[in-house]
Amino acid sequence: MGFDTAYEAISEESDSGHRWAFGTGFTDPLAGVDTTVPAGVDGADLAAYCLMLGDDALIMSHRLQQWLARAPELEEETALANVALDLLGQARLLLTRAGRADGSGRTEDDYAFDRTEREFRNVRMAEVTDVDFAGLIARLLVFSTWRLALLGRLRESADPVLAAVAAQGVNELTYHRDYAAGWTIRLGDGTDYSRQRMQAGLAAVAPLVDELFVPSVVEQRLAGVAVNPEDLRPECDAVLAQVLAAARLDWPQVYGLSGVSGKAGRDGVHTEAMGYLLAELQSVARALPEATW
Amino acid sequence: MTGPGAESGPGPQVGPWPETGARPLQEGIGPVQPGLGALTSGTGVAADAGGLEQHFEETIARDRRIEPRDWMPDAYRKTMIRQIAQHAHSEIIGMQPEGNWVTRAPSLRRKAILLAKVQDEAGHGLYLYSAVETLGADRADLTDRLITGRQKYSSIFNYPTLTFADVGVIGWLVDGAAICNQVPLCRSSYGPYARAMIRICKEESFHQRQGYELLMTMMRGTSAQREMVQDATNRWWWPSLMMFGPPDGQSPNTEQSMRWRIKRHTNDDLRQRFVDMTVPQAEALGVTLPDPELRWNAERDHYDFGEIDWSEFKRVIGGNGPCNAQRIAARRAAHEGGAWVREAAAAHAAKVAARAEAAA
Repeated sequence: MGFDTAYEAISEESDSGHRWAFGTGFTDPLAGVDTTVPAGVDGADLAAYCLMLGDDALIMSHRLQQWLARAPELEEETALANVALDLLGQARLLLTRAGRADGSGRTEDDYAFDRTEREFRNVRMAEVTDVDFAGLIARLLVFSTWRLALLGRLRESADPVLAAVAAQGVNELTYHRDYAAGWTIRLGDGTDYSRQRMQAGLAAVAPLVDELFVPSVVEQRLAGVAVNPEDLRPECDAVLAQVLAAARLDWPQVYGLSGVSGKAGRDGVHTEAMGYLLAELQSVARALPEATW
Repeated sequence: MTGPGAESGPGPQVGPWPETGARPLQEGIGPVQPGLGALTSGTGVAADAGGLEQHFEETIARDRRIEPRDWMPDAYRKTMIRQIAQHAHSEIIGMQPEGNWVTRAPSLRRKAILLAKVQDEAGHGLYLYSAVETLGADRADLTDRLITGRQKYSSIFNYPTLTFADVGVIGWLVDGAAICNQVPLCRSSYGPYARAMIRICKEESFHQRQGYELLMTMMRGTSAQREMVQDATNRWWWPSLMMFGPPDGQSPNTEQSMRWRIKRHTNDDLRQRFVDMTVPQAEALGVTLPDPELRWNAERDHYDFGEIDWSEFKRVIGGNGPCNAQRIAARRAAHEGGAWVREAAAAHAAKVAARAEAAA
């Protein structure tokens, strides 16, 4: 192998994206998948559902991206980036699906960068900021436990695209949940201080949990295509109880965070943190609306 | 991401171990070549030091690799530790300027590419810290040296990333210069480093292509985008040339490093190679390079280029670049802010071990 000529080899068009240290693919996310909306499924509802699940992933990924170069150890840098990349990949598939399902032809970027805050449909748990690493871990534990339960059922969706996205996502979320559970146990069963931080992290995320299990009207209308989140609660409670027992932690007894006039994330009503998040996410894209990237 | 400390002169002594005597025996990150350690295996510093040194010199002369268990002169060990540690630090500090744009990347595809790239840099840091640990160094100690300013990282990261075009220009110029520096290191005489560099170079090459592709796309876009690319090129060109280090006449370590085959070309040779490769790429891209003296010299068969502002180079190396304090403060905040997490992991591991023992 002539390493002194390796530089010249860079300009060759031969390598196909296998050179990332951790591997990832950047091709058309839905290449080869039949994207026809199944008969009897309302395209607008399907698109709205894709946005819910896609926005959860996009916004959670954004919060994880904010940890870059801030993690407590280099192994955590790679792990958190991995989780962020997985969720970003899921978001891209789901937003792309939304644009085809509703017939608008909108792209993933149209959805990510051109919508207003009220048009984002993520649960509020995805958007809140983390006080510290324990706060992040608590949020990731609950979020990934819930999303894994959801995607596990979504593999049976009547929509083949959602089923395919879910099948891939289950493998990813299994790792995310393991990662978060491992750190929950280390922090809960570590030092007095880490236990205190982990308990505080759980207290911060606990009020956001009930919202995860409230079915929206879209989910109710999409029986067979969408998962009813009410069905996920027993599995999530059992998993969290098991992890917290191993971590010697207690689940905080708190009230669920109120919505505004009964509305919350799935209705496009978010926390104050969301505006800042979108300002950051969309700043370059909005400053140069005619640009191509 | 960057060259292994070509910029800096002799550094302070590193490593907590004594100058001679037993060191913990550590495995390399790759396979140890059989046969090379025959004279030294398990004996530490043997009585026949002259024979060991002769074997070391012969291994180098035959262009074979020195492996972790082989005897090596203390000066070689110290130089390798400094070189690899500075490279590892550069990867980790390099996450900051590019990570600066991940959350604002203007398309999800570019966001994924940039996030994967920054993740790769963390991975490169991990390979390199592993490689340097084969020499008896310790990652925590090296990190302490970084955040206390006792070990350097590539000065290129002491410049700010001001627009999204910087992401592309860093890929093109900074990764390009790093590759020029690093490709010869795939033949470094120190085995674990050479093997790590092969993998890193492949990944860096891919990063460079991604950066260049972003710039090509931006140049086909709006005039505002083309201006961003030109502006970023103007800001990064000279610092990229500085990545190759001081001119050969002022590079005191080059001769010894070349004799030890941990450096294969002089700073000026590599810089010339980079300029020769980059000028046609700039033309293809449609940007100018900010050097009125840049022109082809048919007689030399190379591009001539203007004088680098070595006073700026020295200022930034000396800690007074635009972002030196910021980069170190951020690294320090992450490391020190994460201490309680690392302590918790250690405490938990100790509890698990104690419980297992109690149960046995």
